[in-house]
Amino acid sequence: MSNKPTTLFDKVWDAHVVRRIEDGPDVFFIDRHFIHEVTSPVAFLGLESRGIKVMFPEHTFATADHNTPTVNQHLPVADPLSANQLKALEQNSAKYGISHWGLGNPKNGIVHVVGPENGITLPGMTIVCGDSHTSTHGAFGAIAFGIGTSEVEMVLSSQCIMQPKPLKMRINVTGSLGKAVTPKDVTLYVISQLTTAGATGYFVEYAGEVFEKMSMEGRMTVCNMSIEMGARGGMIAPDETTFAYINGRELAPKGEAWDKALAYWKTLKTDEGATFDKEYNFNAADIEPMITYGTNPGMGMGISKSIPKGADLKGGAATYEKSLNYMGFHEQDQMIGKKVDYVFIGSCTNGRIEDFRAFASIVKGRKKADHVTAWVVPGSHIVESQIKEEGILDILTEAGFALRQPGCSACLAMNDDKVPAGKYAVSTSNRNFEGRQGPGSRTMLASPLVAAAAAITGYVTDPRDLM
Amino acid sequence: MAYDKFNELTSTAVPLPIENVDTDQIIPARFLKATKREGFGDNLFRDWRYNADNTPKQDFVLNNPIYTGKILVGGTNFGSGSSREHAAWAIYDYGFRCVVSSFFADIFKNNAINMGILPVQVSPEFLAKIFSSIEADPKNQFTVSLPDQTITILSTGEKETFNINGYKKHNLLNGFDDIDYLQAMKEDIAGFAKIHAI
Repeated sequence: MSNKPTTLFDKVWDAHVVRRIEDGPDVFFIDRHFIHEVTSPVAFLGLESRGIKVMFPEHTFATADHNTPTVNQHLPVADPLSANQLKALEQNSAKYGISHWGLGNPKNGIVHVVGPENGITLPGMTIVCGDSHTSTHGAFGAIAFGIGTSEVEMVLSSQCIMQPKPLKMRINVTGSLGKAVTPKDVTLYVISQLTTAGATGYFVEYAGEVFEKMSMEGRMTVCNMSIEMGARGGMIAPDETTFAYINGRELAPKGEAWDKALAYWKTLKTDEGATFDKEYNFNAADIEPMITYGTNPGMGMGISKSIPKGADLKGGAATYEKSLNYMGFHEQDQMIGKKVDYVFIGSCTNGRIEDFRAFASIVKGRKKADHVTAWVVPGSHIVESQIKEEGILDILTEAGFALRQPGCSACLAMNDDKVPAGKYAVSTSNRNFEGRQGPGSRTMLASPLVAAAAAITGYVTDPRDLM
Repeated sequence: MAYDKFNELTSTAVPLPIENVDTDQIIPARFLKATKREGFGDNLFRDWRYNADNTPKQDFVLNNPIYTGKILVGGTNFGSGSSREHAAWAIYDYGFRCVVSSFFADIFKNNAINMGILPVQVSPEFLAKIFSSIEADPKNQFTVSLPDQTITILSTGEKETFNINGYKKHNLLNGFDDIDYLQAMKEDIAGFAKIHAI
């Protein structure tokens, strides 16, 4: 075992197996567990009914994000059901001794934004949350994935889940990215090539020049979207970029603990000659700014292209027509020039400071189109502060945009930020499923640059034309 | 919660021949605000099943009384997207005990088993035969046997085997759950945590 070349994924996975069950899953130890208000209440009910306690409350972190309002957070939450869930999270956290960053807490924000920015997420860890975009944390070389509520109860009660080991996939993207091609475009491109189910059953390692040169925030965007091609998660080997990002963050190791951790983190990479069950190679030069035209994230295309023919699709051909009907689009339509009613920048995919910097770079000195409703929603209070400190707020205000308060917002429309039926939204979030942003809403997923261009012109626009 | 046992089920089936049925369709996010597990069946496939004014959409299969049963048959890549276990709860609460498809998303599959719903993955060819059988006569029945790991189209006798790992099969047959298993090995876990120390 010691000399056999091993993948990053195997190194981290195998270090967390408490027991291997023959013809069954591994009993898999979890280092960090995030909870939020929507998928945790029933898990706590389960603990109550069994009369068991939280085994390691110090390894679980609670934040309210999914159904929180993004305006007037100082007022009582108007929706009684949302208020009830938020209260349950607060009470359950207090009862079991779990850190809770609720509404109004300066550390509050979207779970996958606050974990990394506070130094909770570290390389080599196993991280789970009752949320499929937990894959975000894989950007640090952690094994991170979403779980169901029964599994949330398992982690609370035993710090373990029962998990069969997935297959391994490596996705290499080499070369240099072109103008206005962002990490979001890289991931939308990869998903369009693999389809929405192309990586189901696999855990992905992203490798190659493009990811090596990418910032931590960009890597988080890419790993975040891994689930959208069916992968349980995606990870990137930690490097100097990773270590520099973590160093000094509030809950990151300090002093001797830092030195020790760093020495371990430097071993976390795939050995030369290690093998994967599947491997894909892509060239960065083939990627342009992307936009989706259908109702799953695999239905993406280069913004300058026309909607592909159903017959040319690799997956989902049977529901292609249903999808286009829902969107009100037709085979071979150009996406550029389509009218846009709503623009959303934010979410665990694109709600970090670099995303707002990118958005501001386009809207600076311009004005928002009158017919567009824009929701500009930071991923956390820390991001909100950065937006203010860096002068981005002034640029946004000048251009006619208002900054809202942190939360998941229009990504899944659990709060009031809903796109009305039939309306079109260009959204930096992660899912364009039917009704995802509100019943009947029509979502086009894209990068912060494409979102900014749409907000300014009011139509799907190639951001390169505004740069 | 320890779930129902699952052994053998013979039932008619409800066809949903749509690919990539994501969990936002199974239960939209705006209905996830309960703090209990029960009651989600009312909103199963809400936006496919009801118009905005809450009247039933007549062309949706759950609103067609000729289709009934405890087996839901979906197109490939069933249960993709959000990890919400509420999707499995909604399917269970509505009355389904088994979901058949030619491919399942990972998290949904786990959540289904943890709720006591058996996910049965068949070949695309066999899935097509099941859909044809229901189309020919919605009263046609199917038998899913967990001990034998088979699904049979009773009208033709055609049968296919499916996979499930031995541990999960044993749990489902006996109504055991993972939490009891983990509670029973807590000392081992505590020992592991001490050495592991992150």
